[in-house]
Amino acid sequence: MRPLNEAQFSFPSHSVNESFARAAVTAFLAHLDPTVADLTELKTAVSEAVTNAIVHGYRDAIGTVYISVKLYENGKAVVRIRDKGCGIPDVSQAMEPLYTTGGEDRAGLGFSVMQSFCDGLRVTSRVGVGTTVTLTKYFAPRA
Amino acid sequence: MSVQLAYQNGVLTARLFGEIDHHTAREMREAVDDAAQKLKPYRLRLDFSDVPFMDSSGIGLILGRVRLFGFWKGQVVLCGLSPSLYKMVELAGIDGLVAVERRAG
Ligand SMILES: Nc1ncnc2c1ncn2[C@@H]1O[C@H](COP(=O)(O)OP(=O)(O)O)[C@@H](O)[C@H]1O
Ligand SMILES: [Mg+2]
Repeated sequence: MRPLNEAQFSFPSHSVNESFARAAVTAFLAHLDPTVADLTELKTAVSEAVTNAIVHGYRDAIGTVYISVKLYENGKAVVRIRDKGCGIPDVSQAMEPLYTTGGEDRAGLGFSVMQSFCDGLRVTSRVGVGTTVTLTKYFAPRA
Repeated sequence: MSVQLAYQNGVLTARLFGEIDHHTAREMREAVDDAAQKLKPYRLRLDFSDVPFMDSSGIGLILGRVRLFGFWKGQVVLCGLSPSLYKMVELAGIDGLVAVERRAG
């Protein structure tokens, strides 16, 4: 299915770009007139995935984070966050609540947040190649 | 400044300003920990009244302070949580580890 509208952008994995990335995605979807709650949920999920690319994917170096947002019929939004970083050896273990390989004050809740704040979450990863996180969320038209 | 600190009668209040993510949490953590390690307050009040957004880095910030205050049996209290921030706290299941003062009004 072809998207009705789409946007792509990329940026170096400086942590200062976390706020830009989540704001850009939510700005792109603003014309759907989403509820604040729905938009905040997606914004939070995007923030988690982008932070993971920066903190874990590119833990030893600065690399490029790629984001695409696609909008389909019926208010279906698909956001893809991709890095060419270290990759995840065991994705299902990584997605368990509270699992973390550490870092300053990491809570191990990123994937739990993505899961509960979105309607769909897909993670594909290869060690040494990188990680792609795909978030799907439906923004129901307001009555 | 992203944190405003006030200390009175053994209670340290840290009023946080702005969005909390992995990037901004660092400065907040350093400011709170600096004061906490000097004063060893028996209670830390984290005031989220001026925090419009936080991701799980905010939970990490809270849990890290619970750990630090545990060294001298201090307690952490959250206040001023908006509904969306409260949703994060609930999802993290940390209601048992910290006290939550509900926002007035
Ligand atoms: N993009 C990524 N590249 C490499 N490893 C990742 C990536 N995203 C997540 N991970 C791994 O999955 C773990 C769990 O992620 P998450 O649930 O967000 O918790 P946290 O980020 O707090 O550790 C991370 O600690 C890390 O080991
Ligand atoms: Mg994370």
